[in-house]
Amino acid sequence: MDSIILQILNGLDKGSAYALIALGLTLIFGTLGVVNFAHGALFMIGAFCAVTLKKILTLSSVVEDPTKTDFLGKPLKVATPYVESWFGEATGAALIDWAVPLAILFSIPIMIGVGFIMERGLIKHFYKRPHADQILVTFGLAIVLQEVIKAFYGANPIPTPAPAVFRGSFDFGVLLGFDPNAIIYPYWRMVYFAFSAVIIGAVFAFLRFTTFGMVVRAGMADRETVGLLGINIDKRFTIMFGIAAAVAGLAGVMYAPINSPNYHMGMDFLVLSFVVVVVGGMGSLPGAVLAGFMLGILEAFASMNQIKAIIPGIDQIIIYLVAIIIILTRPRGLMGKKGVMEE
Amino acid sequence: MLGLNKKDTTLFLIVIGMAMLAPFILNPFPEGSSLAQMFNAGYPDLMQRFVIFGILVIGFNILFGLTGYLSFGHAAFLGIGSYSAVWMFKLVGMNVLPAILLSMIVSGVFALLIGYVSLRRSGIYFSILTLAIAQMCYNLAYSVLGNPSSNFNLTNGETGLQLSLNDPRILGSATTDGALPVTNLFGAAMRSSYQWEAGSWLFTFNVGYYFSAIIMLISFYISIRIFRSPFGMMLRAVKSNQQRMNYTGLNTRPYVLAAFVISGIYAGLAGGLLSSMDPLAGAERMHWTASGEIVIMAILGGVGTLIGPVVGAGFNEYFKNILSKINDDILHTWLSFLPDGLENLLVGFLHYFVGKGWHLTLGIMFMLVIIFLPGGLVQGGQRIAKLFSRKKDGQATPPATQTPAE
Amino acid sequence: MGILEVKNVGKRFGGLQALNKVELDVKENTCHAIIGPNGAGKSTLLNCFVGKLMPDTGSVMFDGQSVLGRTPYEINQMGISRVFQTPEIFGDLSVLENMMIPIFAKRDGAFRMHAFENMFAEKEIVEHAEHMLEDMNMADKREMHAASMSRGDKRRLEIGMCLSQEPRLLLLDEPTAGMARADTNNTIDLLKQIKDERDITIAIIEHDMHVVFSLADRITVLAQGTPLVEDDPENIKGHPKVREAYLGETAAA
Repeated sequence: MDSIILQILNGLDKGSAYALIALGLTLIFGTLGVVNFAHGALFMIGAFCAVTLKKILTLSSVVEDPTKTDFLGKPLKVATPYVESWFGEATGAALIDWAVPLAILFSIPIMIGVGFIMERGLIKHFYKRPHADQILVTFGLAIVLQEVIKAFYGANPIPTPAPAVFRGSFDFGVLLGFDPNAIIYPYWRMVYFAFSAVIIGAVFAFLRFTTFGMVVRAGMADRETVGLLGINIDKRFTIMFGIAAAVAGLAGVMYAPINSPNYHMGMDFLVLSFVVVVVGGMGSLPGAVLAGFMLGILEAFASMNQIKAIIPGIDQIIIYLVAIIIILTRPRGLMGKKGVMEE
Repeated sequence: MLGLNKKDTTLFLIVIGMAMLAPFILNPFPEGSSLAQMFNAGYPDLMQRFVIFGILVIGFNILFGLTGYLSFGHAAFLGIGSYSAVWMFKLVGMNVLPAILLSMIVSGVFALLIGYVSLRRSGIYFSILTLAIAQMCYNLAYSVLGNPSSNFNLTNGETGLQLSLNDPRILGSATTDGALPVTNLFGAAMRSSYQWEAGSWLFTFNVGYYFSAIIMLISFYISIRIFRSPFGMMLRAVKSNQQRMNYTGLNTRPYVLAAFVISGIYAGLAGGLLSSMDPLAGAERMHWTASGEIVIMAILGGVGTLIGPVVGAGFNEYFKNILSKINDDILHTWLSFLPDGLENLLVGFLHYFVGKGWHLTLGIMFMLVIIFLPGGLVQGGQRIAKLFSRKKDGQATPPATQTPAE
Repeated sequence: MGILEVKNVGKRFGGLQALNKVELDVKENTCHAIIGPNGAGKSTLLNCFVGKLMPDTGSVMFDGQSVLGRTPYEINQMGISRVFQTPEIFGDLSVLENMMIPIFAKRDGAFRMHAFENMFAEKEIVEHAEHMLEDMNMADKREMHAASMSRGDKRRLEIGMCLSQEPRLLLLDEPTAGMARADTNNTIDLLKQIKDERDITIAIIEHDMHVVFSLADRITVLAQGTPLVEDDPENIKGHPKVREAYLGETAAA
């Protein structure tokens, strides 16, 4: 029992990331009808927003401290981050410590801006082109974006830890009445799951309860009719692209402590996110979320040693296997509408 | 000639000429000069890659160019072909012919299975199915199928599959000095070269290159024949209008499946040749970004055209090679005519596009081609040619013999 | 006994009974029109003949064999060709190639892998296609890119492609929909000519009464998924039930 709960928990953090990326992909696909292979890159850019903010906060003035010497006998150079000299040592250190959560605020305008530029500058011109062209041009964009990041941040992963309070794990099992140490779960993953739940809830609430959201949902169902009503749907769709980019970016920001950001993390997540979208059903937002968590948890179960002993290598292929079976038997996915993208 | 019309014969002869004279064409600068270091590409390793990737993309083009089915998992067949060939070298002998034959058979069988499954869907679903299946192959090759400590070690995981002295090689091998045997064609080692010094020029004629080039020419010839055959016309019809196909009494699926298997065999052949040149096969050859690179090469050259794949593969490999060789020092020499400040600024900027940044440059080029030249470099060439031949216009090539549009 | 016999065909989409107890008997070498107001189920019925839809009840027999459960290409191979409402041709191919494909399909069946011969080396097929193009008055367009032609020419090509297979039954789905008057008249003339010169059965779905009365030997009126009357054109014109069905439509609209 405890091991089952542990696997479910283990699946949650990856599942959350899948769900958030797939949600954004589906928003873009549902509204603009564009298959966006650059969506993984947005996730990656989000993660690097966290890295960047950390770097900015730790920008330091270097002063030689004549009272101390290093091992060569020269005066020791002491780096003091500007934030510490401006806001006092304690506040400054706390700011640096909390760089990742702070990056949420920092990343939202950046991601929305990136989304706008992408949509207005590139994607807009591909609405009328075949899906294959859309895939290819966004794939090219993904390569360019990841190479730009590589050029500035290098090829190595950059550790970006969570605030000190959230480091370490807590004993989840005791809460549920199991033996101590039966279910140990890192705090940050808890935070990540809660965070993604909030974002998913916010997106759904936004679509359901605002006029803007209503128009967008109507546009997803029937673009032409909404256009006939004299509503400028294109403008709203551009804003949706910005929101989808922000969702992917936020997923990336918060993922930075779990997996040190590197330039190809976007590509790594992209394929899986597409699989998630297809399993959930192209164009279905709840489907994307459901499939994200489902596949994350399934993956966690498949990597249990007991299961791997029965079917070796199943953890490596389980997601793809599920996707292939779903596409073949139920092409509209778990919750998709009929006929989406079937030529 | 050989059942080709006049235009195709000319094209084929040009490609033959270029392939045979490649060691000269690619080495236009005298040995040792700075230009040679930069732009000469006439060394065996690179020339082999030109033709082998040419084969790969020619095959891919038969699927994507003719039927419009975008496979995002073609690298799987390349990998499967590579592993098959290395196993042939390990178990049977070092002759390359049986090895590439096995590569073609194994990848053909895989293509039949994967195609049968994936072709139940079309459009984006087909792309994602091929992507998912290829990633599965990659993950398996990387993990369970390649665990060195297990009895069933097909791929040798991260290290990659390579030759060893303990291999059975039932047809024997001439390892007298304890060195690994080399791949050969009835005794002619793939890596042996003949060098010809002509003045300050140095030309290298490599056995492996010529072997691969001849196979590329055969592949190219077959692809021309397919393009001009009723079968090729049916494939273009599939791309154009599947509904009409069905209501004209034609079953589209076997047509596309046949194209898929053919292109899978081409990819397997390319993989087998890569292993024949250097008997080492790694899983990274199967990664989905490698599949993406195949797509990029096809698009760069011009999808659906005959010569496009060869141009695309050559262009991609050549620029990858040049761009990765350029470093800041070279940039400084080139830009030394500029005022110092401007020079440094420009070098600082260009720095990101060369050397290790070649991916970025190729990515940008790829995007530009898709945006402005959907027909690839071949289309670009045709446009330029048109500009110059305005005067003697009037004899437009009939669309029937022309390459299908888009 | 007719070449196409439809018995008791019913089809339901959710809560809508699209077709209900449809009976139809198309005699060989006649032109049989199926008319009716919008939403009468004409297209649904046609789709049941060609393998696109599977009716819930009833049978559809072509020349004594059931077509139900077969795929569109199998049904075409049995001898039924279909012309669509918007011309379905191979836009990326040349006009000549468009014409060659159905002839290949007729000769070689649903799939044949002749990957190594030149398509233009098949003399009999090229000649047959050229002959067909002449019949359709399109010989001068043989090298044209099919997508670049006018709508009337596309329609002409599509009809030619269907005829090149020498089908026993030609199904026309509103062949003049969305056409200018001149194009409509040309198409009517073409169809008349086909009817007179060839041994062919035509089943046509049409909205335009002008077209129907110029071509049809027999007319079935469909309303709300049920056949209302079947009679000769002269009798249909003044038939009270028909007027009611059409007038009812006008009143509702």
